Amino acid sequence: MTAPTLVDFDEVVERFDPTLGLEVHVELNTNTKMFCGCPTEFGAEPNTQVCPVCLGLPGALPVVNRAAVESAMRIGLALNCTIAPWGRFARKNYFYPDMPKNFQTSQYDEPIAVDGWLDVELEDGSTVRVEIERAHMEEDTGKSLHVGGATGRIHGAEYSLLDYNRAGVPLIEIVTKTIPGTGARAPEVARAYVTALRDLLRALDVSDVRMEQGSLRCDVNLSLAPKGSGALGTRTETKNVNSLRSVERAVRHEMSRQAGVLLAGGEIVQETRHFEEQGGTTRAGRRKETSEDYRYFPEPDLVPIAPSAEWVEELRATLPELPWARRRRIAGEWGLSPEELRDLVNAGALDLVEATVAAGATAGEARSWWVAYLAQQANSRGVELRDLPITPEQVARVIALVASGALNNKLARQVVDGVLAGEGSPDDVVAARGLAVVSDDGALVAAVDEALAAQPDVVEKIRGGKVQAAGAIVGAVMKATGGKADAKRVRELILERVQSA
Amino acid sequence: MTGSSELTRLTAAELAEKIRTREVSAVEVARAHLDRIAAVDGTVHAFLHVAGEAAVASASLVDASLDAGTAPASPLAGVPLALKDVFTTTDMPTTAGSKILEGWRPPYDATVTSRLRAAGITILGKTNMDEFAMGSSTEHSAYGPTRNPWDTDRVPGGSGGGSAAALAAFEAPLAIGTDTGGSIRQPAAFTGTVGVKPTYGGVSRYGLIACASSLDQAGPCARTVLDAALLHEVIGGHDPLDSTSIDAPVPSVVEAARRGADGDLSGLRVGVVKEMGGEGYQPGVQAGYEAALRQLEKLGAELVEVSCPHFRYGMAAYYLILPSEVSSNLARFDAMRYGLRVDKGAGAEEVMAATREAGFGPEVKRRIILGTYALSAGYYDAYYGQAQKVRTLIARDFAAAYAKADVLVSPTTPTAAFPIGEKVDDPLAMYLNDLATIPTNLAGTAGISVPAGLADGLPVGLQIMAPALGEAVMYRVAAAYEAARDAEDGGPLIHRVPEVTA
Repeated sequence: MTAPTLVDFDEVVERFDPTLGLEVHVELNTNTKMFCGCPTEFGAEPNTQVCPVCLGLPGALPVVNRAAVESAMRIGLALNCTIAPWGRFARKNYFYPDMPKNFQTSQYDEPIAVDGWLDVELEDGSTVRVEIERAHMEEDTGKSLHVGGATGRIHGAEYSLLDYNRAGVPLIEIVTKTIPGTGARAPEVARAYVTALRDLLRALDVSDVRMEQGSLRCDVNLSLAPKGSGALGTRTETKNVNSLRSVERAVRHEMSRQAGVLLAGGEIVQETRHFEEQGGTTRAGRRKETSEDYRYFPEPDLVPIAPSAEWVEELRATLPELPWARRRRIAGEWGLSPEELRDLVNAGALDLVEATVAAGATAGEARSWWVAYLAQQANSRGVELRDLPITPEQVARVIALVASGALNNKLARQVVDGVLAGEGSPDDVVAARGLAVVSDDGALVAAVDEALAAQPDVVEKIRGGKVQAAGAIVGAVMKATGGKADAKRVRELILERVQSA
Repeated sequence: MTGSSELTRLTAAELAEKIRTREVSAVEVARAHLDRIAAVDGTVHAFLHVAGEAAVASASLVDASLDAGTAPASPLAGVPLALKDVFTTTDMPTTAGSKILEGWRPPYDATVTSRLRAAGITILGKTNMDEFAMGSSTEHSAYGPTRNPWDTDRVPGGSGGGSAAALAAFEAPLAIGTDTGGSIRQPAAFTGTVGVKPTYGGVSRYGLIACASSLDQAGPCARTVLDAALLHEVIGGHDPLDSTSIDAPVPSVVEAARRGADGDLSGLRVGVVKEMGGEGYQPGVQAGYEAALRQLEKLGAELVEVSCPHFRYGMAAYYLILPSEVSSNLARFDAMRYGLRVDKGAGAEEVMAATREAGFGPEVKRRIILGTYALSAGYYDAYYGQAQKVRTLIARDFAAAYAKADVLVSPTTPTAAFPIGEKVDDPLAMYLNDLATIPTNLAGTAGISVPAGLADGLPVGLQIMAPALGEAVMYRVAAAYEAARDAEDGGPLIHRVPEVTA
């Protein structure tokens, strides 16, 4: 098979109308799994968070996790959905080694939340309303590691290792209706939708929403139809889209690829494709000879979920301030421009700055620390800003020490470095590293006198009224004291000594 | 001092009393039954696993506790029991009668198992059954058939033939069965014992290896109605580990059984189901049934005819719903985590296929294939969907009948025990065994089979059915009938079982 011709993006949008559809799987952050009491913590030793139920042992039975149902309902409500008054789980039957029962328990045609919408804000401030078809509950599968073979997939592997820790972790699948009419902005809309959904889920505190750990996974459906035809083309479903950037790239690539196929007179095959992170391309999944028949039927081991109107309203009352409303409020309070706000959000610093302000820092100082010095540190360590080993409270303490004159900016950075290096709290680092500003005049006077004696020409200039020349002496004193001197006090001393001499 | 062979002839209630009063020790009782098993089970083959040491150890704990003056853990403390090999047990293998689970040691106890242990009941071992409870003769066990103590050339019924035969052969005074379409009641009828299918959700299914989830129900098996009631109260009741378990008190079945034994059923309406009995039922079975009806009338019950016109579709609906659930429930036996593994072929799919090919017997395969077909896209509505509608209609028939009668009655089975080998290659003939018991499973209601005399030397059963959670009245009628029949016959039917010879 020859590689498809990719069509230039501008030409794609000139000749075709794209239609998007997005399916997002969210792992809930409940303490326990969907149908048993096993912990859900990420990263544990393989097969240590398992029991007869999530291993599907003969005789074991599921029991629905109430907290997961509540999370699902809160997600539905935040997405402006209707909560179904009655619904059953179904079994989706297929054989795969990472599925202990060889069926997945999932709400199939009776989802807990239906018919909602999410308003998504784009870069230029305009808003697109994405209609939500449904949100339903299901359980995650285990994880397979295929060893040997070229592709890392089960076919061709020498053997496979199975980890069932993830088996039974609660998942919510959120499915949009088709999103027409986005034109050239389709890639941006897709990304903005997933971003907005992620922010919403984080504000609801229902999931870790970490795409890199798989707690938020996105499948991108895309089709093209001739421009203005109003038709709906054949779609492809792209999986393995593991970052926000990849969402955008996957849409862009599929548009160019499908246009290439169509313009060459070909037909789009309805298929599952895999996103290739490295090249930003998609490739076809293994083609199945027959379409999978999942033989869905209602799960007889569970009773229907029938949330009362009171329960729904109780949960509605727990919905937090929506992220975008909160941002607008914060921007107003802190006097941020839209660009400043966007930088803050993009850096993942909004929550951190807010917490730092809550711990007593000014918004300006807090913002400056997180988007500048700490962002650099996160970047060089290759971690998310919020994963740095420093808390907003600790940052606020550093800011307070600077404000009180106990630290200058240079020392403050060293204190932060110490905290990041695991040396304890800011006060611990100050004490252990001896980083307090030298404000003992006796020690400083000696250093000032020494510096003045070394640069008599500068002394003359100061005497002659060129007060700014004192900067050179300040620099020399700071150097001599290893940066520990309070620069403001040094300057005062210089002027005193020059005038009194 | 009661002789060892006499101990095995006693009822569970009698044994419990002797143990409680320290007339005999629980260990003596356990040993008497283990001796009996050693003597006759080579012929009967009721057990797949006998846990001699564990049984004695468990009984000695009961003795120590009673000797120390502690109140018994339950009214059945120290009484031995035979457990159907479909419940998980940490200290015994659990096979469900299948090669695919040969030697499997579960890491957890079923709720029924835990409740038996907590009650101080001595578990003697695990009993034979049709593979994954699919069958009506125990011939579909992967480990060979069980023989009927009344005639060892005949089947004891199924799927719980092992549990029923253990009772009839005096290997155990109590047993646990599971009833998906008649697997407790039909073997009870074939062996002259008592078997109860409780209301769906009345006894936890946690740790019961599923046949068909929406139909399976564990229940007590015994030689008397009172013994069944005592066991019912031990195993029944809500279990948070089973979402379908009923969160309500267990009906007071022991009290009902004691009251029933007084014999007065005045004012009670007994519904005679028009569609059950008569054509298709063996003359001997029919005669026993009619005698039972007269007996009930003599006890003061009013007989009312009721019609359940949709029962005739029960068999067809059952053989769509059951295989559908089976095809999904048995998917987990794939060699990846436990049980048999046939390492043939290059990949996981091939290993799964080879293992399932080698590990499942023909009846299990037949039902997996049927169910897979019935659930397939394009057939679902015509098969599974229609069957569920029939299920609703049958439940409505029951509701209408229970508006006219307190309990319903029928013969438990169309025939008495048949010769081993007669129906094993004729699935439809085999399936007809459960004609009268299936409707109760489809509706989720309760039923009991009590001995109703002999037909040509073989026992037949009277089925008494009750609405959901209506077990008390069911036990009352059963106990009244049992007492009257035994009085008329000069003793319990089970005393007429011939001695098993090796």
